[in-house]
Amino acid sequence: MSAINISAIEAGQLWSFHGGIHPPERKQLSNQTPIQTLPLSKTFVVPVKQHSGNSGEILVAVGDDVRAGQPLTQPGLQRGLPVHAPTSGTVLAIDEQPIAHPSGLTDLTITLAADGQDAWYPTTPCPDYQQLSRAELLERIQAAGIAGLGGAGFPSAQKLALQRPLEYLIINGVECEPYITADDRLMREHAAEIISGTEILMQVSGCNKALIAIEENKPEAIAIFTQLLSERAATASRIALRQVPVKYPSGGEKQLIEILTGRQVPSRGLPIDVGLLMHNVGTAFAIHQAIVLGIPLIQRVVTVTGEQVDKPGNYWVRLGTPVADLLAYAGFHETTGKAAQRVIMGGPMMGFALANLQVPVVKITNCLLLPSTTELAPAQQEMNCIRCGACADVCPAQLLPQQLQWLAKAKDYDGLEQQNLFDCIECGACAYVCPSEIPLVHYYRKAKAEIRNIAREKAKAEIARERFEARQERLEREKQERLERHRQAAEARKAAQAEAVAAGADNPQDAVQAAIARAKARKAAQAAAAAKANDSAEGESS
Amino acid sequence: MTFKIAASPHAHQRRTTTQVMRWVYLAVIPGILVHSYFFGLGIFLQLLLALLTAWICEAAVMRVRGRSVASAWQDHTAIVTAVLLAISIPSLAPWWIIVIGTAFAILVVKHVYGGVGQNLFNPAMAGYVLLLVSFPVQMTSWPIPQQLAQLQLSLADTWQLISSGYSQAGYSLEQLRSGIDGVTMATPLDSLRTDLSHQLTTAEALQKPIFGSFAGVGWGYLNLAFLLGGLVLIYQRIISWHIPAGVLLGLTVPATLLWLFNPDQSISPWLHLMSGATMLGAFFIATDPVTAATSNKGRFIFGLIIGALVMVIRTWGGYPDAVAFAVLLANMAVPVIDKYSQPLAYGHGGRT
Amino acid sequence: MSMLTAIIVLGVLALVFGLILGFAAVRFKVESDPIVDQIDAILPQTQCGQCGYPGCRPYAEAIANGDAINKCPPGGEATIKQLAELMGVEPQPLDAAHGTEDVKKVAVIREDECIGCTKCIQACPVDAILGAAKQMHTVIAHECTGCDLCVEPCPVDCIDMVPVPVRPENWQWNLEQIPVTVVESAK
Ligand code: SF4
Ligand code: SF4
Ligand code: SF4
Repeated sequence: MSAINISAIEAGQLWSFHGGIHPPERKQLSNQTPIQTLPLSKTFVVPVKQHSGNSGEILVAVGDDVRAGQPLTQPGLQRGLPVHAPTSGTVLAIDEQPIAHPSGLTDLTITLAADGQDAWYPTTPCPDYQQLSRAELLERIQAAGIAGLGGAGFPSAQKLALQRPLEYLIINGVECEPYITADDRLMREHAAEIISGTEILMQVSGCNKALIAIEENKPEAIAIFTQLLSERAATASRIALRQVPVKYPSGGEKQLIEILTGRQVPSRGLPIDVGLLMHNVGTAFAIHQAIVLGIPLIQRVVTVTGEQVDKPGNYWVRLGTPVADLLAYAGFHETTGKAAQRVIMGGPMMGFALANLQVPVVKITNCLLLPSTTELAPAQQEMNCIRCGACADVCPAQLLPQQLQWLAKAKDYDGLEQQNLFDCIECGACAYVCPSEIPLVHYYRKAKAEIRNIAREKAKAEIARERFEARQERLEREKQERLERHRQAAEARKAAQAEAVAAGADNPQDAVQAAIARAKARKAAQAAAAAKANDSAEGESS
Repeated sequence: MTFKIAASPHAHQRRTTTQVMRWVYLAVIPGILVHSYFFGLGIFLQLLLALLTAWICEAAVMRVRGRSVASAWQDHTAIVTAVLLAISIPSLAPWWIIVIGTAFAILVVKHVYGGVGQNLFNPAMAGYVLLLVSFPVQMTSWPIPQQLAQLQLSLADTWQLISSGYSQAGYSLEQLRSGIDGVTMATPLDSLRTDLSHQLTTAEALQKPIFGSFAGVGWGYLNLAFLLGGLVLIYQRIISWHIPAGVLLGLTVPATLLWLFNPDQSISPWLHLMSGATMLGAFFIATDPVTAATSNKGRFIFGLIIGALVMVIRTWGGYPDAVAFAVLLANMAVPVIDKYSQPLAYGHGGRT
Repeated sequence: MSMLTAIIVLGVLALVFGLILGFAAVRFKVESDPIVDQIDAILPQTQCGQCGYPGCRPYAEAIANGDAINKCPPGGEATIKQLAELMGVEPQPLDAAHGTEDVKKVAVIREDECIGCTKCIQACPVDAILGAAKQMHTVIAHECTGCDLCVEPCPVDCIDMVPVPVRPENWQWNLEQIPVTVVESAK
């Protein structure tokens, strides 16, 4: 672990990362009003897997009555992250439903008919969590089903479980993607809880210094954190606030680390490799809820924005709420004109388009964007790359996107590895500036999926080969064994005969010999008789 | 209502390749105006011919490849190629010069290699070199600046000259190229080179009227105009500063050294910078992104190589100007430059 | 005389360098996989026998001995390309006599129709079928290579080859193939 530039970090120095862009932010659209609570829907569709990693084992059956906060899955053998009932009601179905995934494919879900009571499952609050051991805290965080709410959805407890020396815990409140204001509003309205969650995170990770990073375009959030920290001297000595200049994608994990500490996470490494750990403000809030109040993760803030909704803003949405219900409440009206409407889950840079409005809101849903075609024009026809280099100038990972797209189109997977395709964070900055409108990131995703697929096939082929060889070996062994058995059987027969002979019985071998001998004797006798007859005949004639 | 599936990012900066290319040819306008001020109206006719040829060639290729002409034309790269070539050749050259050059540039150098973005060589410069090698006389017969010429040419005269080789009054290009004293004039660089090889010192060679007061009559201002256009492009972020800076540095540093050691036998750095196609080359030709190196570091090196080659060819080579050769030679070096100038990606040891 | 010296000097030099080279060749010898292993690593290990050999490894041996590289339908173009590169020959199109490239499939036994004859178990080259005499049989889906060899022997035809389903985890970002739900406008 590097202990470099600690003093500079302490002094509040900021670094910067290569590239980056300044797309129109358009955050005013949704950050003007407080977070509203979305009324409960009639049905909820809870995907069993809402995070990256394994899913849990289902605990309920169709027809069961459940209450809000009741676990629907348990970690089980695979140590999957549990999901909880978003409200009280009856389990209607456990089947495959479309989920919030770029592919629009289905996955295993639990459908719940809400009873409208919203009765709660018993919770286990623990305000004096300082008494709890690290293992207990981790257990509770896992049981509350908390996954990174910033986007990737990695289970938080697993991230915290890595025991390595840490210098800083970084709480990411940058929210650099245009349009999205969920974290902004959360920070304005729940700063105290976020700080509490930060303290819990510090206790669990055994790290005594934390940095809360907020982008400069959120002055209200910055003001309230400054005020809270100045009121609590004990906290302020451990938690520092950092204002990060506005630039996309400064909220990316690796980029924020470079801004705050001047360090770079090694390729294919983790922040912990450079002594850092990062969590999103939303995650910190959820951890506070889970530990102090005992409430599992069953709702989150979702920004609904874009010119096609009447009431853009932020909403507390229970996980599993169909997107259609949320949009109806927010007053969505379709684009007029011929161009088809885009419903984007996530922001304009990294979000994906939905094919179906019945998909549910899940743990990683931070925004629903419904742009008109004038604010976000549909992609134009792709032209050839003119190698202008605009993409390389903005790439925060310092890659050469124009080379990557070339290699990706040529399916030169070795070349892609050599150009570090897997260091691409899919931020979309390159495609944003590309004058030829090449959907660069799309090519990279395809290539990455293809490379992963090839690796999977390779591993599978390896297994198949082993199994084939094992089988060949088995067949060979069985054949040998069979031969061996025949041989032994033959020998056993022989031995048995020998014994029988020894015991006085007729040796079958001898019998044959005797038969032959008898036959020979008979022949000899006949021959002798014939000779005698001849002799006598000659004697008579002479 | 239907939903549209699209790949992220959904936001896009509104600057298209078309706009980039449009900026490029808009930025050469000052140069074209200065050019016509000193060298007459020929440039406009050449531009016309070049654009016409380019369009016909694109149309023919698209026809063969079964695509619409608009799809190829709309990125405006062919326009840029045509414009640059038209500016580079002598403005009174016969019509078939520019037609052959443009056709070669578009058909062979661009499309045979697979179209926009796939070509190894700068089309305009490859066309130029083809012309220079095949028709050296026509390609070095620069008209003399109008201010020094005996006869002034009208538009009709210019058209006659380009299309038939003789002006309306029956003068040939060769006759028109002689100055007030009746001596045929070469371009400043050409004249200086010839004189230096005739054992004159630089100071003596510079006495000729063609040099005037400012880096050669006309040429100095022409270069200033291209410099201006180039700065606009950099300001507009159409091109990055790396290549022009590389070219100018690569040219001036060795030129200055040589000049300091041997002022009598060498071209001064000032003349290097302000004469010939230096600024056009540095800002408009070498910066063609398709055929330049990839990373910024690579581009700077690419520029340095061009600059140094220009200086070497001008000083010791057999041709009066060198930008075209230098650019093509540097194009060939691009794969090597790229290989050794790949930037260090995030997390690969740049910072720990 | 000088001529002789030159010859001697060169001769000695040649000897010395020869020795150095010889030593280096022994000392720094690159242990490379035998060619058969390298070929075998490229083949898809479906073990289907469509190439005409009883499994991938025998075909690998055959290729090493000069057989054509275009007889493996499950591997398809990609495998042929890699083999061509390894063997230093021109890639050829897949030999249609051995079959055509198809989507990846797995075998599924319609379990209620299975009579427990164990014939499929004997056919499966990778032991991907579980079962015992007179018991219902089933396929371990993630071990099945989709070789098709178990379909033929089944006396009651209860084995189906179904395409490997696309899951969100192995989806290949084919945005164009997503079916878009058309919702009737509320207005
Ligand atoms: S920005 Fe687009 S056109 Fe320019 S180099 Fe990158 S990929 Fe090519
Ligand atoms: S999407 Fe990847 S290649 Fe493009 S700018 Fe972002 S990190 Fe670079
Ligand atoms: S189960 Fe059938 S298709 Fe699958 S590997 Fe075995 S024999 Fe082949």
